[in-house]
Amino acid sequence: MAAIAQRLGQYTVQLGQPPRIVGALTLMAPREAAGPMGQYFDAVVDDDMWGEVSAERAERKFLEQAARRAMDQAGLLEPDVDVFLAGDLLNQIVSSTFTARSLGLPYLGIFAACATSSLGLGLAAILVDGGYARRVLVATASHYQSVERQYRYPIELNIQRKQTNQWTATGGAAAVVAPPDQGSGPRITHITFGRVVDWGVTDANDMGSAMAPAACDTLLRHFQDTNTTPGDYDLILTGDLASVGSKLFRTLVERAGVTLGGKHMDGGASMYGQAPWAGAGASGSVCSMAMLLGYVHKEMAQGRYRRVLALPTGCLHSPTTWQQGDSCPGISHAIVLEAG
Amino acid sequence: MDRDQGAIQGAREYARLVQQLAPKPNVARLTARAFLVGGTICFLGQFVFDYFRFRQPTEGEAIAATLATMILLGVALTALGVYDDVGQLGGMGAAVPITGFANAMAAAAMDFRREGFVLGMAAKMFIIAGPVIVFGILAGTVTGLVAWLVGSGP
Repeated sequence: MAAIAQRLGQYTVQLGQPPRIVGALTLMAPREAAGPMGQYFDAVVDDDMWGEVSAERAERKFLEQAARRAMDQAGLLEPDVDVFLAGDLLNQIVSSTFTARSLGLPYLGIFAACATSSLGLGLAAILVDGGYARRVLVATASHYQSVERQYRYPIELNIQRKQTNQWTATGGAAAVVAPPDQGSGPRITHITFGRVVDWGVTDANDMGSAMAPAACDTLLRHFQDTNTTPGDYDLILTGDLASVGSKLFRTLVERAGVTLGGKHMDGGASMYGQAPWAGAGASGSVCSMAMLLGYVHKEMAQGRYRRVLALPTGCLHSPTTWQQGDSCPGISHAIVLEAG
Repeated sequence: MDRDQGAIQGAREYARLVQQLAPKPNVARLTARAFLVGGTICFLGQFVFDYFRFRQPTEGEAIAATLATMILLGVALTALGVYDDVGQLGGMGAAVPITGFANAMAAAAMDFRREGFVLGMAAKMFIIAGPVIVFGILAGTVTGLVAWLVGSGP
């Protein structure tokens, strides 16, 4: 009898027949490709505007091209895909919506800011494992200029960036999730959807500090529900907490009595290395998706990692709530990827 | 009620931790850079003023020509994508001179050009510079009023 999905503890889902990532594609801009993660990306576009007249259109193009190329890579055409799950950072998640218009697939728009990757992959795995969809296409994108414009200031404005500021990554990344017999990519075995956690950080220029408690909350709940410890994983990947948020995350986890050892890595802190212009590191919804589908996926194929716990984090504020003095709520959705 | 107080307490403790672990900006270096960048822009302005002082009939006209030149310079450097780097280097040293004001207008105008000339560029070019104009006029009005009341006005 085939195994069926079950709930572990209060918050975690263990999938019955863990679906696989059968197609994965990362399509990034030159700045991202020049960083230490560049070698893990599938394609690089020479110009971050990609010949488009606006940053919003360029972002859309990154999303659509990543989605189309991920389908190509999995050897699928539009009729083979049952559901398109996508999200981005722009108001009304327009980049995702416009891509869905062009793909002509049933579309579920999602929003979890920079945690869109694990929310999308987690939901896709649930749809596939439950038999509600045979193949699900998951995609996200972000663009430095479009996000800067919406959340902060005009691009060319003389604003001095703080050391806590994060640089929005430019690119698109997409995956196809399918039943385990349809490929050999990593399997999604567990999902712990996160709660919105807000410890009162009101500085929108310090998103790492705002999101660290959410990552800690989901991590501890995941360990408790699955009865696992950091020792059960080869890598614990958060992101994008960047350097400032990572330090806080490790302190919070330590205070809760959990030792991460050398297992922790953060996507935001890794994307650009120690580049001073990036401030604390990278952010943007494509960042954690590119880390998962680029770095983790390829290192798993090489046999370096067998079991990875990914905790992408999102900062759920809007420019309006921030200007009105509200604090920045954070979220982190966890997924477990297993090779083989 | 207890839960709220617990949350407030937690937020305070966390704010302390954030402050403790946050990277400390090197104030001396940032101040020195602001001084150098701001000083260079003002030196350039003085040079332009001295040039026009010989060519314009009055000092007032020389000032006007200087302001126009410096605004043009600020806008040109913004259009070339250089002024944001000057801002990153010099902080308020790049923002305070009139070139910074020109940059604030031009950067916003460039950004919103795609949303049209009227509702985009023309409307949005004041999103950064607007408050400067509003409070500048307000400060001028109040100062004028006080000067008139104490009888030292024109």
